[in-house]
Amino acid sequence: MTRTPLLEVEHLTMRFGGLVAIDDVSFSCAAHEITAIIGPNGAGKTTVFNCLTGFYKPSVGRLTLHGRDKDHLLERMEGFRIARVAGIARTFQNIRLFAGMTLLENLLVAQHNQLMAASFFSISGLLGLPRYRKAEREAIDAARYWLDRIGLLAAADNTAASLPYGDQRRLEIARAMCTKPRLLCLDEPAAGLNPMESARLNDFLVSLRRDHDTSILLIEHDMSVVMAISDHIVVLDYGRKIAEGAPSAIRENPEVIRAYLGADDDETLPGAPP
Amino acid sequence: MRALRDGGLAGLVTLVLTLPIVGLRTVAAPEGLHVVPQIRSVVTIVLLAAAARFGIGLWASRPRASRPPGKGNAAIGRWVGGLGLLAAIVLPFVGSGYVTDLGINILIYVMLGWGLNIVVGLAGLLDLGYVAFYGVGAYTFGLLSSDFGWSFWEALPLCGLFAAGFGVTLGFPVLRLRGDYLAIVTLGFGEIIREVLLNWGVVTNGPNGINGIPKPSFFGLPFSRYAPDGGTTFADFFHLTFNPSQRQIYLYFVILAMALMTNFFTLRIRRLPIGRAWEALREDEIACRALGINATNVKLSAFGIGAMFGGFAGAFFAARMGFISPESFNFGESALILAIVVLGGLGSQLGIVLAAIGLVSFSEIARSLADLGGGLGGLIPANFGDYRMLLFGAAMVAIMVTRPRGLLSQRHPSVLLGSVAP
Amino acid sequence: MAYFLQQLINGLTLGAIYGLIALGYTMVYGIIGMINFAHGDVFMVGAFLSLISFVVLSQLGLNSAVLAIVVALLFSMGFAAVYGWTIERIAYRPLRGSFRLAPLISAIGVSIFLQNFVQLAQGARPKSVLPLFHGGFILYRADGFDVRLSYLQVVIMILTAVLMVAFTLLIQKTSLGRAQRACEQDRGMAALLGVNVDRTISLTFVIGAMLAAVAGLMFDLYYGVIDFFIGFLAGIQAFTAAVLGGIGSLPGAILGGLLIGLIQSFWSAYFSVEYKDVAVFVILVLVLIFRPSGLLGRPEIEKV
Ligand SMILES: Nc1ncnc2c1ncn2[C@@H]1O[C@H](COP(=O)(O)OP(=O)(O)OP(=O)(O)O)[C@@H](O)[C@H]1O
Ligand SMILES: [Mg+2]
Repeated sequence: MTRTPLLEVEHLTMRFGGLVAIDDVSFSCAAHEITAIIGPNGAGKTTVFNCLTGFYKPSVGRLTLHGRDKDHLLERMEGFRIARVAGIARTFQNIRLFAGMTLLENLLVAQHNQLMAASFFSISGLLGLPRYRKAEREAIDAARYWLDRIGLLAAADNTAASLPYGDQRRLEIARAMCTKPRLLCLDEPAAGLNPMESARLNDFLVSLRRDHDTSILLIEHDMSVVMAISDHIVVLDYGRKIAEGAPSAIRENPEVIRAYLGADDDETLPGAPP
Repeated sequence: MRALRDGGLAGLVTLVLTLPIVGLRTVAAPEGLHVVPQIRSVVTIVLLAAAARFGIGLWASRPRASRPPGKGNAAIGRWVGGLGLLAAIVLPFVGSGYVTDLGINILIYVMLGWGLNIVVGLAGLLDLGYVAFYGVGAYTFGLLSSDFGWSFWEALPLCGLFAAGFGVTLGFPVLRLRGDYLAIVTLGFGEIIREVLLNWGVVTNGPNGINGIPKPSFFGLPFSRYAPDGGTTFADFFHLTFNPSQRQIYLYFVILAMALMTNFFTLRIRRLPIGRAWEALREDEIACRALGINATNVKLSAFGIGAMFGGFAGAFFAARMGFISPESFNFGESALILAIVVLGGLGSQLGIVLAAIGLVSFSEIARSLADLGGGLGGLIPANFGDYRMLLFGAAMVAIMVTRPRGLLSQRHPSVLLGSVAP
Repeated sequence: MAYFLQQLINGLTLGAIYGLIALGYTMVYGIIGMINFAHGDVFMVGAFLSLISFVVLSQLGLNSAVLAIVVALLFSMGFAAVYGWTIERIAYRPLRGSFRLAPLISAIGVSIFLQNFVQLAQGARPKSVLPLFHGGFILYRADGFDVRLSYLQVVIMILTAVLMVAFTLLIQKTSLGRAQRACEQDRGMAALLGVNVDRTISLTFVIGAMLAAVAGLMFDLYYGVIDFFIGFLAGIQAFTAAVLGGIGSLPGAILGGLLIGLIQSFWSAYFSVEYKDVAVFVILVLVLIFRPSGLLGRPEIEKV
């Protein structure tokens, strides 16, 4: 299989004082694929995301996103520019919605940059000029589309905080998608979902990749999700990459099995020999 | 039983707290300070505190009926707002000069409250030195008029711009940091501006302030008995007999219009992307950054725009008083404006009006209360007006503890899907 | 040279007072991550408490300076401790986990309340304290200028040093200190491991208030005049000291305090008295821009 890389992570290292949270990790995500990062608690998965999206400045390493017309060196960009220019959107392990605002407003905030440009820094918006009205209508249509996709259209005018947990997770994904990202980074999207919701999420993620020009980078503990939908898996343990490959290969990798069994919890790989 | 115990405990703690500070009042005498015991005050305060705690205990332990969330508040709010506006318009024609004057005072604070609300209520940035921008606006107009002879209407835009410029310059380095640093920096800045005004005598005329600032005219028609150099006065033009209250009523309507403009602007900008970004930033800054929003710029815009309205209000203040000095722009003033925004319910336009009326006319209300039947049998002390800021401070704490989102605060969505045709 | 030396001494004395207040800011910030805006006013209350005890003593005819200091220390620290405890209990504890601005606004409310409370109870006019100590050493004499170290300055510096050492030991060597550090790291986890989080936070406020009360006593002695508003500027300056030293770091607070004292004293001596507060403010902004973690603080990485 030939993979055209979208994101390349080279020698990524992140230290917090004396703690080495990520130690010389390299991997890549191919365009139009779903790449999963797995690993026991504290392995450094979220930290990888935080480096990618500019919340942490990596101690060492190069992070390249191959854009449509040029390459973006993420480690040199400010956080908000990574989302705006390079087109990386993300969700958070502990959901971060605008809790007091409605679902629709949440999705409109995600389209802030294009609306700002259309409203000419609010001036034509204040005057109510047609150009802005048109942009606003389009933004609302986009929001409507995504609300429909996640099945929450009827709740559009409720506050985000009033949603049940599983719906909040999907809303956060929809909000990220409203920025029209090249790469969507999802931090444990299936956490706290019941098996049925989790299966629905699988379908949703697969359809996202099918219908939109978006690749997905996924952190997940739920192996039923990971094994079912990912094309490529990266395994981290104590900040190191211990394996990388297709799901079938990872399932059989002895190091991975040791890391998971050694982690002493219930997350054994389904179908793996004990 | 529990309430009784808590009440007793509260009384005991209050006794310890008040015994030295209230009970031992130091009084100046020719040979130095000496102490005058104030047993009665201590006993009163302790009893009040114990009773209050006991009451809260009883209230908290009452059986609770679950109350359905209130709907239809928006409609009520609109009605109250409309009626209030109507009342505000007729007020100067039916009220005395004193009432109009009080009205002007209240409207200044309403405008300041609405301006600060953009910063604190919408964007969630705690600005503790808002009065600095008020001062910048006032001095800008004062200097432009006394040194360059600008009129109020010529100078007004510049006053706002200047204040906004100050806001942006101050905010730029600080707004990228944690939120609470902004609070302390603005607190310091408010004080610094006052010190600069006091000490930079060459420009600001130091503690003496600036005198003889002209009043706004009505499209060039002055409100005076005789027009300077043979022009027409307002009274001449409209064939009215001259009456000083005309000017006052005019001032009233100027500040009413300025305040309404602030309100209109706020309501409008809340529905624009920038306003939505302010609120989103208040809810979760990290999520905003992940969505590609430049948090620093968004905060800066809120800070600058809030400062601009402070500057406008300052220009009006200078024009109305005809005289300004650094002492009008102290921390107490900032605290008062913040109290108006907080007590009104962060983000609620109507709440701010009510809070401003309550806070500004507190002294008047206190005086009439104290007069009422000898202060309700001595319960209300004669100097009750002096308790204003004490009570506001306590009320700010009480509101944060019980209803942190404010008294009237109930957010209305900036856009409804139901209202937009597909 | 002599003039310089004199300013150095004055600056260190002033800095000792700021350092004591800054410790309170830094400890509270370290443990609950909030700026306790009311801390400057607790300092002001402390200054009034010692003033009252001085006046009471002299009214009782007890005029020994040492006795006055000891009594004032105990009196003001004791009562200020209750203030610190009450403020945390009423205004801050119910707000843990509330929205971001709530504790800050509540703190401003407390600050306004305390200022007006003292103003109503003790009057708005400045109060003056009769000097307890007279005279001092002449350290050095050059071209008609004496470098003086007054007994008062000696007392302030020694007392400050002793208290700082005592409290630092308390915080570093006892179980209270361990509990505090545990709460700083992770409050939920500390609670699970059996640390009484509420009590630890209360004690932090109590200690902060006691140190502020000591600073208030020093202020009484050093300046001789106080009013209900002194907490405001002193609070900002001490906060600047805490930020300069690195907020959250105890040695940093003391270092910051001394530096701010020195800067103020040299600024007034060599540039202008009027703008000495402006100088401190400019330093605050510069530190926040260029070194937000301060001199001794560790850079803070927001956990996402
Ligand atoms: N801002 C920070 N400061 C200090 N240490 C941090 C910081 N962020 C992460 N760490 C540490 O880095 C290590 C990796 O954390 P990370 O959150 O990336 O793990 P994870 O793989 O996402 O775990 P989980 O499955 O529990 O989400 C942990 O030991 C964590 O304590
Ligand atoms: Mg994680």
